[in-house]
Amino acid sequence: MTSLPEKTEKKLGLVIDLDTCVGCHACVISCKGWNTENYGAPLSDQRPYGTDPMGTFLNRVHSYEVQPDSGQAQTVHFPKSCLHCEDAPCVTVCPTGASYKRSEDGIVLVNETDCIGCGLCAWACPYGARELDQAEGVMKKCTLCVDRIYNENLPEVDREPACVRTCPAGARHFGDFADPESNVSKLTAERGGMDLMPELGTKPVNKYLPPRPKDAWDGEEDILAPFLTPVAEEPSGFLGWLDKQLSRLPGDGKTDS
Amino acid sequence: MHPAPSVIAFTTLSGLGFGLLAWLGIDATPPTGWTAFAFFAIAFALSVGGLISSTFHLGRPERAWKAFSQWRTSWLSREGVCAVAALVVMGLYAAALVFAGAHFALLGWLGAALSLGTVYTTSMIYAQLKTIPRWNTPLTCVLYLAYAITGGALLSGRVEIALVLLLVSAGLQILWWMQGDGAFSGRGTTMETATGLGSIGTVRSAAPPHTAPNYLVREFIHIIGRKHAQKLRVISIALMAVLPILLLLLPFSHMAAAVAVVSHIAGVAVSRWLFFAEAEHTVGLYYGAR
Ligand code: SF4
Ligand code: SF4
Ligand code: SF4
Repeated sequence: MTSLPEKTEKKLGLVIDLDTCVGCHACVISCKGWNTENYGAPLSDQRPYGTDPMGTFLNRVHSYEVQPDSGQAQTVHFPKSCLHCEDAPCVTVCPTGASYKRSEDGIVLVNETDCIGCGLCAWACPYGARELDQAEGVMKKCTLCVDRIYNENLPEVDREPACVRTCPAGARHFGDFADPESNVSKLTAERGGMDLMPELGTKPVNKYLPPRPKDAWDGEEDILAPFLTPVAEEPSGFLGWLDKQLSRLPGDGKTDS
Repeated sequence: MHPAPSVIAFTTLSGLGFGLLAWLGIDATPPTGWTAFAFFAIAFALSVGGLISSTFHLGRPERAWKAFSQWRTSWLSREGVCAVAALVVMGLYAAALVFAGAHFALLGWLGAALSLGTVYTTSMIYAQLKTIPRWNTPLTCVLYLAYAITGGALLSGRVEIALVLLLVSAGLQILWWMQGDGAFSGRGTTMETATGLGSIGTVRSAAPPHTAPNYLVREFIHIIGRKHAQKLRVISIALMAVLPILLLLLPFSHMAAAVAVVSHIAGVAVSRWLFFAEAEHTVGLYYGAR
């Protein structure tokens, strides 16, 4: 049924730390690897080695440049997967009941044998968290690795989402937001975890931790600094000659006159 | 949004078909016999043809019947239920008129209500989406209903009513465009709210997740289509309303009426193409586009 549960017992989700994410895309690959072999239809690729390649991913990493009013711009790597919203618009629009939110833990899933691939849920999701698989014709989305987190066949350390387990920077954290003492609730409280597009009223469960303020150079120079000034401002001798010759080659802006 | 031909054909044709069914349903002196057969054949061809073409864009059309189950929450499901109910009721009403020459007025009114209900549910599929501010307004429903009623009046030969309705539809369309042009910025959703990074500064997309486009980019970010939007708006109004009005004002001829109908349908189709091509989805913000 595509009515949303009034309340879910647990609120499982992720905290994503934009301060520590280094943009390595390891979570993208581990997510694709795990989910193409497990829950539901594989995540297909189209023309993977040809021109115009395309494929289904449940987690993608964007990179942004943020320019403050003054000072240096900052690069922020930004992983994005389903936020398992409490008021998930993707669920209520589904005509077949294929999309649902679990009342026990709040995970939003697609029952692929009921999905007709109409795509309306992807239209309703503000975040681009759902992708229609081009080979299977059904909707794919992050399952919060539901087939890992409860899986007693896996060693206990592996009973967390593949992306969390893999992240080399420790930028992804998994836990229960309904429990105020959980790791994710504490992290969110300490670091000011935020919602994406809060104005749309989807009430995302996943939270993003903002990047910490960057260091700025505003202190005194070291007393030894004057002794570190370069010996020669312009290269002379053989190096100077080499510099001139190299600068003459096409493709380099002339620096000498 | 990607303007999928199957969806444009569906909303244009089925809107027209259900509009015609509505007029036939409330007619106090409806046609009977062969004339009735001709009118209903056109109406059913348009509405059923439209519904069938809408299944072409499904990933799994063979399971389409499952879409009738979630009418409690889903406008797409309600549309399916309403369309089937309208077709069944109007089918009975039509059969009585064609084969028995009998007119069951109440059945006709019920069928007309269900027919317009179908158009309304279609429009709500789009109007409900907060992710596409241009569509997310009650005016979208008014526009869809106006087009259906206008096209139906034109097809059923109600010249005086059609003349007025053509003007009303053109006015509503222009109003909807004007409102839509400011809808996205009016909503306040920006790259800064999308990423939550607005408290640090202004956000620019430095690198998309992959170098090649994906499903999201193809489905939701359709920028090329908007290049000729203003010209297409003028063409749409000219074909949808201006030309049909001029033709209807000429002394009546079947030829002129037929051209008026074809021109109107072409104009509505252009308007529907723009409806999708100009629509901007919030997911575009993550790709630094709109
Ligand atoms: S992020 Fe999108 S797909 Fe996930 S629950 Fe929210 S609206 Fe649905
Ligand atoms: S694509 Fe599948 S899951 Fe999404 S709304 Fe359509 S039927 Fe439901
Ligand atoms: S929780 Fe699992 S499915 Fe979701 S993004 Fe992480 S690896 Fe992918």
